[in-house]
Amino acid sequence: MTLSLRFDTPSAADQVWSVGRLNTAIKGLIEGNFPPIWVRGEVLQCKVWSSGHWYFTLREGRSQVRCSMFRLNASRAGKPPADGTEVYVLAKPGLYEEKGEFQLIVSRMLPTSAVGQKQQELERVKALLQQDGLFDPVRKRPVPPYVSTIAVVTSPDGAALKDVATVTRKRWPCARILLVGARVQGEGAVEDLVRALRLVNRIPGLDLCIVGRGGGARQDLAAFNSEAVCRALSNVRVPTISAVGHEIDISLTDLVADHRAATPSAAAELAVANRRDVLRLVDDLSVRLASGLTGRTRLAAARLARSADRLNGGMEWVLDSRRNLTERLAAQLDALSPLRVLGRGYAVPMDDAGRVLKRRADFIKDAGFRLRVADGDVRARVE
Amino acid sequence: MAKPKTELAESTPALADELARLEEIVRKLEADDVELDAALLLFEEGIARLRAARERLIAAEVKVQAVLEEAGGDLRLTDLDA
Repeated sequence: MTLSLRFDTPSAADQVWSVGRLNTAIKGLIEGNFPPIWVRGEVLQCKVWSSGHWYFTLREGRSQVRCSMFRLNASRAGKPPADGTEVYVLAKPGLYEEKGEFQLIVSRMLPTSAVGQKQQELERVKALLQQDGLFDPVRKRPVPPYVSTIAVVTSPDGAALKDVATVTRKRWPCARILLVGARVQGEGAVEDLVRALRLVNRIPGLDLCIVGRGGGARQDLAAFNSEAVCRALSNVRVPTISAVGHEIDISLTDLVADHRAATPSAAAELAVANRRDVLRLVDDLSVRLASGLTGRTRLAAARLARSADRLNGGMEWVLDSRRNLTERLAAQLDALSPLRVLGRGYAVPMDDAGRVLKRRADFIKDAGFRLRVADGDVRARVE
Repeated sequence: MAKPKTELAESTPALADELARLEEIVRKLEADDVELDAALLLFEEGIARLRAARERLIAAEVKVQAVLEEAGGDLRLTDLDA
């Protein structure tokens, strides 16, 4: 069987890619699709340039990748690693466009041996805290809706306080920020943080506590993984936000606090409402207040109208019943009337003065008198 | 001289309480079972609270202070520029 191969000749210039266009497109594809990731490997040929940048190869088995670590990050990583050192690197995959070379841009490097020991200690503390229920979701308290006073436990010299103040100033200027200073790294940091967190409990009228620092190397965040600090944090009587390091790092205080924020700025965003939203709520309440009163007044007017109707109806009933009574009484009067008796054939004798003649003595011989009958008078004479 | 500890507390009622009371007033007014006299009183209270809340939201400026513990254990505040 023969394989038919067809090489199409390029038909138009715009279907032919330049190398530059290709490299740019591939770079976009790679760099747009990878967040920073941790990669494990063995360092080979680490070269330190006069600029301070490090260039090395990371190898694992038969695979390898070129790596660049720029001066600022390299200076934080200590000495350049010897060949064969096993490390973790935090890196973003990228493409060196000019050469079309795939590479990792490394921001952090940690020898796996150091991580191993620290990791074991971290796991031990984590297990203890978990056992005591300090990570329990039912312990988590919500952030109060409109905080007035926020305690910030951090270094007086760090960026964290400024970041919290900046965000708060922008979103919720009616808040008061109280710095409770503590060293956050190095010697004495654990003791300082514990003392500061205990002090927080003595501040009256407090709504919220943010504990944290700006980003730092992993070993600089050790105090936030300490058991004592975590326990002190769990005893803070107001809701807490832990803001340690940045997106990549999660410390044990992040797990113990009621809320976790990636940075102090993010903690402030979480902590305070947005004044614009609350002013909108106040406007809404004022509209509802006004229409509430209008509605209530309308209701009262309707009730009043209904009462007037009822009053009119009541009067008519009274008048009707009085009219009925009058008619009934009139009928009774009529029944008792002497005229009705006369109607049955009786007659009433009266003298000329209209006095009724009731006894024999009232009748005088030959005197005239009147007999009242049903339809009038009749003259009569005594014999 | 050390300031008394009470100065650490806010003297005005919490905004959350103000807004919660406002919400309560509005709900009462929206219900049918409040007498007109009472409704007018609620309305007046609501207006006063609305004005106070608005002033508080608009006029406020973030205050940043440091909490310091003195040798005797008392707490005191100092203003910071942050």
